[in-house]
Amino acid sequence: MNSAINNSIRPRVAVHKFSSCDGCQLALLNLGEDLLALAERVDLVHFAEAGPLDPDTDVDVAFVEGSVSTPEDIERIQHIRQHSRLLIPIGACATAGGIQALRNGADGAQWVAQIYSHPEAISSLAQSTPIASHVKVDFELWGCPVSGPQMLAVVNALLLGVAPRDNADKVCTECKRQGHACVMVSRGIACMGPVTRAGCGALCPGLGRDCYGCYGPAENANTDALAAQFASLGLAPRDIVQRFQSINSQAPVFLAAADKIRLRGDE
Amino acid sequence: MFSQPDRARFLPLAHLHALVAQLMQMGYQCLGPAVENGAIVMRELDDPAGLPRGLQAEQAPGRYRLTRDPHNRYFAWANGPQAIKPQAFAAKESLWRVERDDAGALQFAAVVPAAPAQAIIGVRACDLAALALQDAHFLPAGRRDAHYAQRREQLFLVAVQCAEPGATCFCASTGDGPTPTAGYDLALAELAEGFVAVAGSAKGNAVLDALSLSPATPQQIEAARQQGQAAAAAQTRSLPGRNLREALMSRLEHPRWDEVAARCLACGNCTAVCPTCFCHAEIDEPALDGGASEHARQWDSCFGEAHGHLHGFDVRSDIRTRYRQWLTHKLATWHDQFGRSGCVGCGRCIAWCPVGIDLTEEVAALTASEVQP
Repeated sequence: MNSAINNSIRPRVAVHKFSSCDGCQLALLNLGEDLLALAERVDLVHFAEAGPLDPDTDVDVAFVEGSVSTPEDIERIQHIRQHSRLLIPIGACATAGGIQALRNGADGAQWVAQIYSHPEAISSLAQSTPIASHVKVDFELWGCPVSGPQMLAVVNALLLGVAPRDNADKVCTECKRQGHACVMVSRGIACMGPVTRAGCGALCPGLGRDCYGCYGPAENANTDALAAQFASLGLAPRDIVQRFQSINSQAPVFLAAADKIRLRGDE
Repeated sequence: MFSQPDRARFLPLAHLHALVAQLMQMGYQCLGPAVENGAIVMRELDDPAGLPRGLQAEQAPGRYRLTRDPHNRYFAWANGPQAIKPQAFAAKESLWRVERDDAGALQFAAVVPAAPAQAIIGVRACDLAALALQDAHFLPAGRRDAHYAQRREQLFLVAVQCAEPGATCFCASTGDGPTPTAGYDLALAELAEGFVAVAGSAKGNAVLDALSLSPATPQQIEAARQQGQAAAAAQTRSLPGRNLREALMSRLEHPRWDEVAARCLACGNCTAVCPTCFCHAEIDEPALDGGASEHARQWDSCFGEAHGHLHGFDVRSDIRTRYRQWLTHKLATWHDQFGRSGCVGCGRCIAWCPVGIDLTEEVAALTASEVQP
């Protein structure tokens, strides 16, 4: 990323929605007072969830929530790219296709036929894909949903003219800083923390639960070693596949981990 | 703790709460063992009689379970996932702050931590040895770390002798336990009828004096001494020597590093639970209004991506080199920095590794055979 926006006095920012649940936009809305401070520093020109509507205007930064899942999405993301200096996908849908990408490995048309009384009214692509599969992206924020502080840190870095910090370390690093005992060790539950990207503040292990990987793969994620440990904790191959095939099923590292177990044929 | 037997006192079992009450009365915030997420952690005690009894920690590589101690002792649990490291070396803290004043000039100000006087009850010999190493790192003459010092000076340490080492413990092999020998304000050895109590500082003496305890009998002192010897003998793990510098540095290309890298998650848990690991990263957190910024430090790990990042490239991009960095710093190059190994034999890196990588087993494998040609 080389086009800092600090030379703009109040950079123009848009928040776009694609196929998604709106949770990442809510993370931004839930910032409370910080959102007011943000509105002082940037010009929020398009943010449907918050009110402003101007989807076609030129902006300095476009945050994009959601995956590309319909034929219109393909055209719309191209249009947004052309009208944005920086484009930043936010959240699991935008970075990995989201939960709706579970259909990528299935017969989507059959699902539609089973679920909807008027399947002909549904116009969706066979695959749900991340924004980066269609256009150049300048930075990505992972998470389901992303956290408000993460969003602010990115905006802040851009306002200051520096590249946003990309923390691809494991959830474990945040978990240990907060003083949580490792739930995999103390309770034998299959935690995805050791292969999952930090950013959530170790929310689930802090509540005595296992991480389910909603922030996507961390750097140097040793999924083979974790899958082997899950097996020794008593998980069946099918259950191990499902650990990797949830929110971020199409993230290449998690998909490869699952495929490796499936290919062994013992699922 | 038995070098001056004539100064050892005896604290009856039923009076343990009086010790805690005395510390509270002297103004200490008291931390003691508590159960959280199925493990022993140090948390604030609000009741002098609130120390849990009858807990034992069953430990194995990658596994920790609390069980009942048939003898219902207070300190039969060997240790928990974290020593007393966070009480002196905070996991995250602000070091300084900068603000823009009305004239637009930058004003820098140190952030001084508010450190309460804290008494920690249940500190182990390995934890004390580790704290001495942290002191060597953070408090060398001429460049004392103000933030660490602020907390460290406020600590009152009540050590306990380990009578029931975990299966992952090997402090006897590193020479750091299981009986505390230095670095405590008070040390306790738990017997069936009560505690042999020894002061290690003027502050500790003042506490014992205030409790008006009778002297420990020679039989009680001997029982405690033997209990420590038995706990040392019961340890099943060990390192092949106390100085493995040459043994490890001559095996930097050993195939075992690849083998362990295949199992290692590079999650950094071993470094976070290690009581001597002191690596940290410094980060800036600017306020959204652009008028101020905090400069903070937080625990970092040699298993993380940024730790080995130099301008333009990463010196340790794979798990093999990261694991090698951890082990060779801890057991080899630590000697160059601090005159001893960085391992105190607490075994936390073994128990709390999610995949159960055993440091003693890796060292044995690395040093057993010659390097393959």
